[in-house]
Amino acid sequence: MEKEITGVMVYYYQVCWRKLWYFYHEIQMEQNNDNVQIGKLLDENAYGRDDKHINIDNIINIDFIRTKKVLHEVKKSKKIEAASILQVKYYLYFLMKRGATGISAQIDYPLLKQSVEVSLSDQDVAEIEKILADISKIVKEENPPVLKKLRICKSCAYYDLCYI
Amino acid sequence: MKRDYYFYNDGTIRRKDNTITFINSDEESRNLPIENMGNLYVMSEMSLNTSLINLLSQYGIVVHFFNYYSFYTGSFYPREKLVSGNIIVKQVEHYQDNEKRMGIAQALIDAASYNIYRNLRYYNGRGKDVKMEMADIENLRKNIAGTIGIKELMGYEGNIRKIYYSAWDKIIDQDINFTKRVKNPPDNMINTLISFVNTLVYTKVLGEIYQTQLNPTISYLHEPGTRRFSLSLDIAEIFKPLIADRLIFSLLNRNQITEKSFAKNLNYLHLTKEASKTIVSELDAKLQTTIKHRELDKSVSYQYLIRLECYKMIKHLLGEKEYEAFKIWW
Repeated sequence: MEKEITGVMVYYYQVCWRKLWYFYHEIQMEQNNDNVQIGKLLDENAYGRDDKHINIDNIINIDFIRTKKVLHEVKKSKKIEAASILQVKYYLYFLMKRGATGISAQIDYPLLKQSVEVSLSDQDVAEIEKILADISKIVKEENPPVLKKLRICKSCAYYDLCYI
Repeated sequence: MKRDYYFYNDGTIRRKDNTITFINSDEESRNLPIENMGNLYVMSEMSLNTSLINLLSQYGIVVHFFNYYSFYTGSFYPREKLVSGNIIVKQVEHYQDNEKRMGIAQALIDAASYNIYRNLRYYNGRGKDVKMEMADIENLRKNIAGTIGIKELMGYEGNIRKIYYSAWDKIIDQDINFTKRVKNPPDNMINTLISFVNTLVYTKVLGEIYQTQLNPTISYLHEPGTRRFSLSLDIAEIFKPLIADRLIFSLLNRNQITEKSFAKNLNYLHLTKEASKTIVSELDAKLQTTIKHRELDKSVSYQYLIRLECYKMIKHLLGEKEYEAFKIWW
């Protein structure tokens, strides 16, 4: 059965295709990772006054929306910012497809006390559509993509699974 | 690293807000942090309630129960959090197809018997003459790859173990007169010791399986049984020589366990509380021993080797990389 593409999958597309493949096939490793646990605590404790985790059709899960028409995504660090931006753009794309236009977005880094604004251009829309098609192709493969050894592997929760 | 807790004193464990409190029979209480709790082992008379069970379930903590005679009663295995329909389908597929099943089963026995061989080799190098047993086992091991059914494979495994156990009298310095492995119930102190330690290893494996998407009831070497998490038995097979057997040898050769460790009037069936405590603490120390892992290029503990075995099995089931069971490489 084909699954819907979630925000996390779009994020993983940018980070690592193997991770994307495993995640799609329900091999989750995140529970073993310290960074993920820190992220979880951050998620539980930051922006406590806001109404958080807006789940739409079980496909995207927006961290929170404060003022009208600005959605927020909370991240721990800027290490893989390109992926975060893509993830948020996908949210905007997803909402646009369902008729919610004129929404802007912001990525918040509470630990860094910084925010980054994100908007969706026509060019982005085309890019996201290409990415979604790509993701469908990657996850339908029989096996996960071949391992590419990268520096970021060391801090990945999937490291042991990939390298064993 | 998560920590396992063993309860030897009678009392009550209960939930206190979002953590756990143990209250002993003198009404003294002790708080146990839940965030880095591994497995719980209840070896005593204990009262617990459902709000505790709910909390343990939420944190994915497995609880193992043992009866008065240190026999394993069973485990509280919380609802699986890491569910993968995909993996379960593949697990079943590999069980039903005899060729696929034999592939995994042979890998397990091949590694288990290799590890057995390595134990003998180790002691042979330390002045115990077990050359003959080593040669016999090496010969029997050659037949593993050619087996076509589980029964046949188990036959060779049985013969290897028989030879292995026959060497124990030489390896163990104490005069124990151990000739034959007897289970259900064991009939002498070595057998009691083997049963107890093997069971502990089995529970440790179960705890590691729980941290992965594997379903512990679908197994390859052992029949997926009722009542038992048989995949645990499968994986435990390869770790018993490294973890359980070596522990038993050193406990006996250092005289940490002697005849006095058993309640005599029960025909050596029952380990004393002190002995049982010694065994679990030595076992835990052993499991925390680290070695440098060649493929991962980092230090891993013996306990984590068990988890890695689960990962390798997942990759095999998904068809990504053929399963090579753990063999002692140092």
